[in-house]
Amino acid sequence: MRTRTVMALTGALALSLVSGCAQGGAAGSGANTVTYWLWDANQQPAYQACAKGFEKENPGLKVRITQMGWADYWTKLTASFIAGTEPDVFTDHIQKFGQFADLKVLEPLDDLDIDDSAYQAGLAANWTGQDGHRYGAPKDWDTVALFYNMKMVKEAGLTAEELNTLAWNPKDGGTFEKTIAHLTVDKNGKRGDEPGFDKNNVKVYGLATGGAGDGDGQTTWSPFTGSAGWHYTDKARWGTEYQYDSETFQSVTDWYFGLAKKGYLAPFTDYTDGANPANAQVASGKAATSFDGAWMISTYYGTKGLDVGTAPTPTGPTGKRATMMNGLADSVTKNARNKEGAKKWVKYLASDECQKTVGSYGIVFPATPDGTRAAVAAYEKKGIDVSAFTEPVTDRKHSTTFSFPVTDYAADVYALMRPAMQDVFANGAPVSGLTRTNDQINFLLGQ
Amino acid sequence: MTIASSSPPSRLPLGAAEEARPKPRTDRAGARETRGDGRLAAVFLAPALLGFTVFLLWPTLRGIYLSFTRFNLLTPAEWVGLDNYVRMVHDPIFWDSLTVTVEYVAINIGVQTVSALAIAVLLQRLTQSAVLRGVVLTPYLMSNVVAGIVWLWILDTQLGIGNEIIAGLGADRIPFLADETWAIPMIALINVWRHVGYTALLLFAGLQAIPSDMYEAAKVDGASEWRMFWRITMPLLRPVLAVVLIMTVIGSFQVFDTVAVTTNGGPANATNVLQFYIYGAAFGRFQFGYASAMSVALLVVLSAITVLQYRLTRAGQTDLG
Repeated sequence: MRTRTVMALTGALALSLVSGCAQGGAAGSGANTVTYWLWDANQQPAYQACAKGFEKENPGLKVRITQMGWADYWTKLTASFIAGTEPDVFTDHIQKFGQFADLKVLEPLDDLDIDDSAYQAGLAANWTGQDGHRYGAPKDWDTVALFYNMKMVKEAGLTAEELNTLAWNPKDGGTFEKTIAHLTVDKNGKRGDEPGFDKNNVKVYGLATGGAGDGDGQTTWSPFTGSAGWHYTDKARWGTEYQYDSETFQSVTDWYFGLAKKGYLAPFTDYTDGANPANAQVASGKAATSFDGAWMISTYYGTKGLDVGTAPTPTGPTGKRATMMNGLADSVTKNARNKEGAKKWVKYLASDECQKTVGSYGIVFPATPDGTRAAVAAYEKKGIDVSAFTEPVTDRKHSTTFSFPVTDYAADVYALMRPAMQDVFANGAPVSGLTRTNDQINFLLGQ
Repeated sequence: MTIASSSPPSRLPLGAAEEARPKPRTDRAGARETRGDGRLAAVFLAPALLGFTVFLLWPTLRGIYLSFTRFNLLTPAEWVGLDNYVRMVHDPIFWDSLTVTVEYVAINIGVQTVSALAIAVLLQRLTQSAVLRGVVLTPYLMSNVVAGIVWLWILDTQLGIGNEIIAGLGADRIPFLADETWAIPMIALINVWRHVGYTALLLFAGLQAIPSDMYEAAKVDGASEWRMFWRITMPLLRPVLAVVLIMTVIGSFQVFDTVAVTTNGGPANATNVLQFYIYGAAFGRFQFGYASAMSVALLVVLSAITVLQYRLTRAGQTDLG
């Protein structure tokens, strides 16, 4: 009798634990709530404001926003898909889009009637899958520019105008290489372009390192490969062949990483994801300039004791400047508990109304032109000139933009390219070795 | 241990054994009582058994099954036979990561065991202070991830206090975690720092079991500390040392968190230890079938090493008594 009681109790406990877990996972979602995930803490207040507007327009519907850091975000999202506890709507990155499309976890958004022309060029089209369906509504965009330490630039006798008109080529590096050489200072106070410069004992590097750049080089080599006319794949979207074997790509990256051998670019060993990213190198005075994305504007300008300026990426052999223009989107999950509400929320997120609200916070460039204008005005109010980031989008005559590669097997490409590029930068492996990696990648894509 | 084997505990309850001989009737009663005990034992065992089945047996069996499939977690697994194993044998990154792991284990276990043994012997022969024992254990109280991050900051080439000191002394900065030759030894040493106290404490417990009169007798005979260590301590500590080695080697082969927070497998796969590669294949590339196959391979390797170690060190026998 007693044993039975104990067994019954044990069983009840086990059951309650199991059902407790299940309940915990689904908590908060339901007919009246739309759950929404994002990773950028800086943006949460802006989207909270959007949610308020949305709830006013849709009485009875509530938006619950959850924010978590970039690394946790993707792990948790993956886990949630498996456990069936995914959010109704989440902020999506183009780098992950291919994989999510493969896994069939996204809901088509064709019935939202997203008008491509209502957004900055190229942003909406990227979110169409290989099946022709739309899986994301454009949200914002970012470009890359050169951040520089104003004080160091002045001390070097350079002007903002000079930095705004830099040009480079893979032969002698052009005015860009000359400038970062001049900004480099060794232990004895000799500049990088002066005789007797000691490249092995550099105090301030002309250019901070952002690591080896993996397969995209967004804030490292891509402004150069892009302005040399190179593209990641054979097609703008859903290409079937990568082109890391191209002579253009290999000669440009060879020149770029060669800057470290000359002592102008901080070496790979100075970079750590967690401890010492490019902005930390500039903040600590170990580097005079750095290529970084628009999402870092607030961080650089908010660094105490650092007077910072920005310049567009240098003009390349094609006669144009180039930067990656990457756009985020909002996606609805296939198993969303509140699909109806989720789609309404995404439609609202993609509307001019919400994007203008987000823009007014001056933390990110929303995808609609009006939203972008609101952001530019908000940045201006804070005393930040963001033209280095907006010019590539508005001035198509002198600049070109390209997007993140969108292909199948994106995670595998990353897994193969990351160590391969590190091998080049950290270990001085020849760039020709990338041809083999490229073959492996294309073999995968050909399957 | 000898005392225990000379008087094996009776299986029957004491009362039942006494009454068993004269009356068969009470024998049945005794048997019933035994059955009752069995049931109670089952109840007590149930939680552990449930845990073992749910968290160990079932996942292991399922993992082995999945290693023969192509599986991305979200769509049903597809049987592919030995494909994953064939791919593993031909995957240079797998072999590379196995080599990296072995290199890590060799440094980690080598340094850790020697230092732990030294600390344990010092603790036993020189002091009985509980405070000191506590101090030795302190790093172990810190989580692996926190320890990893703290060392990442200390060892950072540009910003780390470790390198600031090196630079202050006039030497060149050392990219401890960003250089392919330094990275694995450094990660191994970080984990030595964290685990050595715990290992030392286990060995210390083993040393406590060695009767002190042996040392006294040796001293009377004029043996030095060094000689006593090799002639008394080492032989008598062997079974404990063997178990500690087996446990730490298994743990060492499974290194993951320190790599994940300090180097992320880089630079260029220099610290791509097997667990990290498996994790990447599973949760980064959604190749759960292939990741399972590599996990099974790791299981086989670890089982083989454990059996070998057990045999070679005669871990089940003692020279005491």
